[in-house]
Amino acid sequence: MSDSQGTYDVEAVRSRFPIFSREVHGKPLCYLDSGASAQQPDVVIDTVSQLHSDQYSNVHRGVHTLSMESTQLYDGAREKVRAYLNANSLKEIIFTRGATESVNLVAQSYARPKLQAGDEILITHMEHHSNIVPWQLVCEQTGAVLKVVPINDRGELEMDAFYELLSERTKLVGLVHISNALGTVNPIEEVIESAHAKGIPVLVDGAQGAPHAPVDVQALDVDFYVFSGHKLYGPTGIGVLYGKESLLEAMPPYQGGGDMILSVRFEGTEYNTLPYRFEAGTPNISGAVGLGRAIDFVNEIGIEAIAVHEDALVAYATEQLSAIEEVTIIGTAEHRAGLVSFVIEGVHPHDIGTMLDSYGIAIRAGHHCAQPVMERFGIAATARASFGMYSTREEVDRLVDAVKKVIGMFA
Amino acid sequence: MDGMRELYQQVILDHNKNPRNYGAMENPDSFAHGNNPLCGDTIDVFLRIGNGIVEAVQFEGAGCAICTSSASMMTEALTGKSEAEAEALFKSFHHALTDVAEPDDVPLGKLAVLLGVKDYPVRVKCATLAWHTFEAALKRVKNDVSTE
Ligand SMILES: Cc1ncc(COP(=O)(O)O)c(C=O)c1O
Repeated sequence: MSDSQGTYDVEAVRSRFPIFSREVHGKPLCYLDSGASAQQPDVVIDTVSQLHSDQYSNVHRGVHTLSMESTQLYDGAREKVRAYLNANSLKEIIFTRGATESVNLVAQSYARPKLQAGDEILITHMEHHSNIVPWQLVCEQTGAVLKVVPINDRGELEMDAFYELLSERTKLVGLVHISNALGTVNPIEEVIESAHAKGIPVLVDGAQGAPHAPVDVQALDVDFYVFSGHKLYGPTGIGVLYGKESLLEAMPPYQGGGDMILSVRFEGTEYNTLPYRFEAGTPNISGAVGLGRAIDFVNEIGIEAIAVHEDALVAYATEQLSAIEEVTIIGTAEHRAGLVSFVIEGVHPHDIGTMLDSYGIAIRAGHHCAQPVMERFGIAATARASFGMYSTREEVDRLVDAVKKVIGMFA
Repeated sequence: MDGMRELYQQVILDHNKNPRNYGAMENPDSFAHGNNPLCGDTIDVFLRIGNGIVEAVQFEGAGCAICTSSASMMTEALTGKSEAEAEALFKSFHHALTDVAEPDDVPLGKLAVLLGVKDYPVRVKCATLAWHTFEAALKRVKNDVSTE
């Protein structure tokens, strides 16, 4: 959606999101919390609604018309995800409940059978809890050890330490593509390349990556890439695990049930082929279809154009907020995307959040499910403004004005 | 904005900036640690108890303005109270914040300025954290006593 000069027409984009017609506390909604959940465009809302009124039925198990139509839409969504990630095959796209479930699936089905006492899983200090706790669980189960790559004061990975920690004992590297707490864009290409040089597979948590950067899993040669639909302008309760076919093929099922089997006998069950083997039970049909439509929409705008637009907002917000004496930006990595995390001297982020809300501004205040990051910076929480394809400079201005008022109130 | 002035009353802002009875206590009779998992805020409450009377309460921790001012006002309100009076005040404060009225509720006095938080349900926990932590510290004294 660009105008005749080819510039990004944010108002046209914004007009496609019905939520922006509402007010909060008598002010037009200023939504700076897309990092938690992005808003949904009209086409996603309509597609999901239309599915429920026109085609809805269970998938993969009916010969009747509705079931066939639902199945077609569901499988069609998988193809959209495949194309978005440039995966080689539909077999490599597993629908899950979200990034969290995707990581758990890999931890339990890929890592657990392989791990032995003394083996290591290497993650980083800037992971979301969902890329920490599943590994802690599997370490408890197997006696493996969790190792953590430290980060520097700007919120960047200490790559020297990474190279030192990468060893024969390392059985998997897990890292976040773009940090949800700091905005840091990690050098995933370099990490993947050096891990592969030692034969170690890599899982990338793309919960914030997929909405803010083009992802080509083949070019990256990444082994596992996970993300959630609700951060990519789609519904909640749907997410994706991309896994290399050769790896998925060798993994035992994660959950048992319907749809993941070919035949069931009490003497033994034959599991279904990929990707269905990892999708036990009736899936989130409308979630998948909504996500597929969201991906179409992102493609219409263009993920590169979205990234350029958001980068400009991150730079502008950083500049404006840094100019305020009482404000400190947390996360000043050279490569950042999607968000700005900050603290105000003498004002707790919760109070910032409540007060900004009174101006109709939605931000996230808290530890962002990344408590180790907070600890690293010696704080309990930050305020985070995160952007989406519909975010505007005016919204940043409103944020900055309101932050000044917060300081006035609490000073 | 009126809502904000209602929530962040001058008294609250003052206690937030200059919390009373702040800091760790040497050799307390009891102590408890509280945290709000939602936001990661933590607080330590220290008690000195003599003959069933709360002689001194101190607190330490990192919290929002509501949490800090509530803790600060709590220490003032509890000092000199009997254990029973302290319990009654805790219950009454909790009732008032959760819109429950019980016949044996006692007047809240200065603590009433904190009731503005009722309009912000997610923040009610901020106002009660110090009190729950105090309650835990008080229970610990009693348990210690009862096991003697
Ligand atoms: C970087 C990152 N990883 C993982 C997650 C978990 O996503 P979900 O809760 O949708 O499973 C999030 C969401 O907050 C995130 O930002």
